[in-house]
Amino acid sequence: MAELHGESPLAARAETLAGSSVPGAVQLSEVAFTAQITLRVDPKSPAAERIGTAVGTMLPNQPGQVARTEQLQILWMGPDEWLLVGPEGSAGRIQATLAEALGEDHGSVVDVSGNRTIVEVTGPRSRELLAKGCALDLHRRSFTSDQCAQTLLARAGVVVLCRDADEPSFWILVRASFARYLADWLADAAAEYRDRTRQAASVRTLANGSDR
Amino acid sequence: MMLIPCPWCGPRNETEFHYGGQADVPYPAEPQELSDVEWARFLFYRANPKGLFSERWNHQAGCRRWFTVRRDTTTNEIFQDDSHEAVTR
Amino acid sequence: MTGEYRLAEGGRINRDRPVRFRFDGHEYEGFDGDTLASALLANGVHQVGTSIRYGRPRGIASAGPEEPNALVQIEEPFPEPMLTATTVALHDGLVASSLPGQGRLATDPDPARYDAINAHCDVLVVGAGPAGLAAALSAARSGARVIIADSDTEFGGSLLGSDEELDHAPAGRWIDRVTAELRATPEVTVLPRTTVFGCYDDNYLVAVEHRGEDTFTRQRTWHVRAREVVLATGSHERPLVFPGNDRPGTMLAGSARTYVHRYGVLPGHRAVAFTTNDSAYAAAVDLHDAGVEIAAVVDVRPVATTLWTARCVERGIQILTNCAVTGTSGTDRVSGAQISPVPSGDSAPTVASELDCDLLLVSGGWNPAVHLHSQARGTVRYSEEICALVPDRATRGVRTVGAAAGTFTTGECLRTGSEAGSAAARATGFDADPAEVPSSPSGPVTPPQPTWLLPGLSADSDHDQFVDLARDATVADVRKAVGAGMSSVEHIKRFTTIGTAHDQGKTSGLLSSGVIAELLGVEVAQVGATTFRPPYAPVAFAALAGRDRGDLYDPIRVTAMHDWHLAQQCPFENVGQWKRPWYYPRPGEDMDSAVLRECHAVRTGVGMQDVSTLGKIDVQGPDAAEFLDLVYTNKMSTLKVGRIRYGLMCHADGMVFDDGTVMRTDEHRYLISTTSGGAAGVLEWLEDWLQTEWPHLRVHLTSVTEHWATIALAGPRSRDVLARVTSDIDLAADAFPFMSWTDGTVAGRAARVCRISFSGELAFEINVPWWHGREVWDALYEAGSDLDITPYGTETMHVLRAEKGFPIVGQDTDGTVTPHDLGMSWAVSKKKDDFLGMRSFSRADTVRSDRKHLVGLLPPADSAVVPEGTQLVELSELPEPPVPMLGHITSSYRSAALDRPFALALVKSGRDRIGQTVYGHVGDRLVPVEITEPVFYDKEGNRRDG
Repeated sequence: MAELHGESPLAARAETLAGSSVPGAVQLSEVAFTAQITLRVDPKSPAAERIGTAVGTMLPNQPGQVARTEQLQILWMGPDEWLLVGPEGSAGRIQATLAEALGEDHGSVVDVSGNRTIVEVTGPRSRELLAKGCALDLHRRSFTSDQCAQTLLARAGVVVLCRDADEPSFWILVRASFARYLADWLADAAAEYRDRTRQAASVRTLANGSDR
Repeated sequence: MMLIPCPWCGPRNETEFHYGGQADVPYPAEPQELSDVEWARFLFYRANPKGLFSERWNHQAGCRRWFTVRRDTTTNEIFQDDSHEAVTR
Repeated sequence: MTGEYRLAEGGRINRDRPVRFRFDGHEYEGFDGDTLASALLANGVHQVGTSIRYGRPRGIASAGPEEPNALVQIEEPFPEPMLTATTVALHDGLVASSLPGQGRLATDPDPARYDAINAHCDVLVVGAGPAGLAAALSAARSGARVIIADSDTEFGGSLLGSDEELDHAPAGRWIDRVTAELRATPEVTVLPRTTVFGCYDDNYLVAVEHRGEDTFTRQRTWHVRAREVVLATGSHERPLVFPGNDRPGTMLAGSARTYVHRYGVLPGHRAVAFTTNDSAYAAAVDLHDAGVEIAAVVDVRPVATTLWTARCVERGIQILTNCAVTGTSGTDRVSGAQISPVPSGDSAPTVASELDCDLLLVSGGWNPAVHLHSQARGTVRYSEEICALVPDRATRGVRTVGAAAGTFTTGECLRTGSEAGSAAARATGFDADPAEVPSSPSGPVTPPQPTWLLPGLSADSDHDQFVDLARDATVADVRKAVGAGMSSVEHIKRFTTIGTAHDQGKTSGLLSSGVIAELLGVEVAQVGATTFRPPYAPVAFAALAGRDRGDLYDPIRVTAMHDWHLAQQCPFENVGQWKRPWYYPRPGEDMDSAVLRECHAVRTGVGMQDVSTLGKIDVQGPDAAEFLDLVYTNKMSTLKVGRIRYGLMCHADGMVFDDGTVMRTDEHRYLISTTSGGAAGVLEWLEDWLQTEWPHLRVHLTSVTEHWATIALAGPRSRDVLARVTSDIDLAADAFPFMSWTDGTVAGRAARVCRISFSGELAFEINVPWWHGREVWDALYEAGSDLDITPYGTETMHVLRAEKGFPIVGQDTDGTVTPHDLGMSWAVSKKKDDFLGMRSFSRADTVRSDRKHLVGLLPPADSAVVPEGTQLVELSELPEPPVPMLGHITSSYRSAALDRPFALALVKSGRDRIGQTVYGHVGDRLVPVEITEPVFYDKEGNRRDG
């Protein structure tokens, strides 16, 4: 599919992410080229209802709520704003579905697929890793499966999506221009999980002054 | 680090927000009808009370919505503005 | 290792693990579990430096973070200045030295790692003494999320420094049992070696965890948002003010007790204890039992308590009531204490005796550690009962218990702690009962006798009576301040510097209030105390910086073509957080020659630039046209679908704050562009008006900045290059006119192509989705290779636009410039009823004839480029100051096309001065510059169609 899409924002950081993954702690990888569509419509309007019918689930109306269909995840982004995330290559189809359901009513459908890429963070240390840069309470009691939030991770604006609270799995949606910074930050934050003994030993060496 | 209650996203750290100054300073209906003094009053004059202050915030890193709160400028205690429905977690 | 100062057994040190360290060039040995201070004392070292102002010898005065004297410089493992020996955990390889005055920062980068983490909890317990442990236990058993943090390497607080029993067993057993239970509770985070140093709005507390020298992260900063906070921060013993109270060997009584019990260290061999309360008796008794000879307990009170009298009599310890220490002797260490009866009235004390001693224990009572309570905006009051400040009104969600609340018996600390822990958990919705607490035999504590200044001493002794050891501030300093008319403790603090050292007045703060009160003849409560500010204890900047350094200091935003730019090894210019190629030097080229070459290429051939960083906002809705008419100075509703218009945005004050192009993509849809740095601000500003002033307008805004990668193709040959990679776009000037756009295929990819020019040359802007950016860039570069297609950076872009007189918002404007000042009245509609900024254009200030106008400047053709920022003056010679300034140069370059330097400037009445010569002040010279029209090149606009 790279033929279809060229180069993803984190193609150049694939090794960084893979190299920062530590079995039993965290795994990091890019989920590239998803279709992403921003929908704006009055949630109380008939148009919103028609859209719900057309996509197969009502638009989530609670802050941070995520609705799922077989193909789509629909993220609440604001009181009249949603981000629809679908599989690679489906942007045109999603837009057509939304536009048809919207009809002549006021609303907007914008292809933002290139605007953000996704970093998947999974593993038992995921929450701790994210907590190093995210001030949200990510505890399983507070941030549950199929919940999302727009917030800051380190110094980048992101959408955090909890895919699974029990077997921790998160998607971090990040603007393409910030993606490398975020990948570098994640790799740095995950460094402590990577070969802890070796790292500790090398710090000791430095501490003893042999490398200063 | 204030915890600012976004009416949509709930309480978040103040670093997610951008300050918008005094609330309820409406754009004049007929700016061209105003005297220079009246116009200058709209442009430049703002309250700076010690105590309760109605002020605007934008949840910049979140839902991008503007909202109004009342804040006690001496304690930073924040009260949801009465005129804006609070939706908290 | 045992010696004359280390007990053969006892203490919580690990005697199986000796630790070697160096101090002031000498090699010593201590044990794992020692602090640097306890290890030094164990080696008989009391003096650890000299004082900052007077160079007097100073010794270890305490056993904790309140230490005013024992500042050390750490040399190894890594240089760290100004740590207190009492809080430095001893470890192998530690090299430290005494520190007279300022410390020394490392010159090498610190190899250790410092990081940060956010944490949330229902109940945060600060302090793990008896009250804190009991509180944490109650809260933890309810299932609440609990964090308990304590500065010390192990939990137990004051219990570690005594031989108290709980439930008829050594207190250590209870501590270990509770700590183990807390560690085993899933929702509890146990943080020893963690100092909570600041309490900020809405229960946001910040702590630094010292994880040790052998760990991956040396220090970690915890940002804790707690729903409820229990402060069990204990108390600090207060020293006494008397002549010679700074001699090494003078030590807080409770600290001496801690050295015995916790570290198995004898701080001396023969001690005098000088006190106003009971706690020094406990120290005297314990030290006696450990083998220290107690010369006397000197008590200012007329009568000692029965219990302690009995215990002293049992041991043959002499008690001198109604007496005070009124002087000390000794050089590097106290060798004797002069004892006088407390005189009545103003009569001078008479020295009754001098007692030999190498240790002088002092206790003036205990100050509850109300720092965090106060930082949380809780109020404090002076308690006559305990002669100290205690918490008064607390802020919501903050409870203070134990010694920090003025409760000094272990039993009460346990009980109130347990209750506070359960109350805090209940407040967060958990069903929490107070955990049962162990029984404690400790009896009631009798209050101290308030003692600030000893009566009757001559003024000569003022200079020898130290109030703040860390600042070398004496009673004489306070008397001077009071004598100068000061009565506010805040003023006196700043005058005397009392309380401003590394310890922030932990031992001296209230003491100075007491001395001030006595000198002013008022109550201590009236004097009050200075504000408690974070940090509670010193924090390394490295810990505060954490990982926010180097490339992670601030996000580096890059475009889809970034790796191509990197491969050219071009220098980058920072534009907001973006990295933009500045220029692309060829081998041997400097910046000037590279930019001249790039400019020449665009004017005569073809160049290409990555302009992806420009902000892009999709504007949709039936009222989009009306909305844009309100926020741009010119009219956007009349723009036809398929066409593009340049637009200026002004704030309501009429000052330009952003500009860009507006592309009408449909009847109800526009795509607008913003400056690279202004994108987020413009979007927020547009949302502001839309959401709060004009909610009736049916318009939606969506940022699409990074959805598109954008390539500018500019120059007379740009059409030729583009033609080679597109087959479905008619590029002829009449079919694809200036300021229009079309969708088509470029290099096999769907693209939106615009005819926009920022250089005056024929130019195209090609927009493709982000992930095709690099590929299409490569294709264009390849297609233009035989035409020597020239990538150019921001510098060339700036020169080319300046030659055309196009301003850059933020460079040629500064928030005080109107469109009319820029000479862009053509971009201000006269046909609209209103738009943002319109009313301001008729304000008296904006219609002034002497406003600064954007004009062109020509320095002599053979001169150098005049620096940007250069101030402009009227005359060829500077008059006497003040010199009237005409304005300044905003942009200045060398033009390849004109073969000369030129500039843009904001000049008072500039347009009326065209043709005049003014002078730029460069260094110590005045350079003549001629004021011109701002357009230098192709004034007729003949080049835009190629």
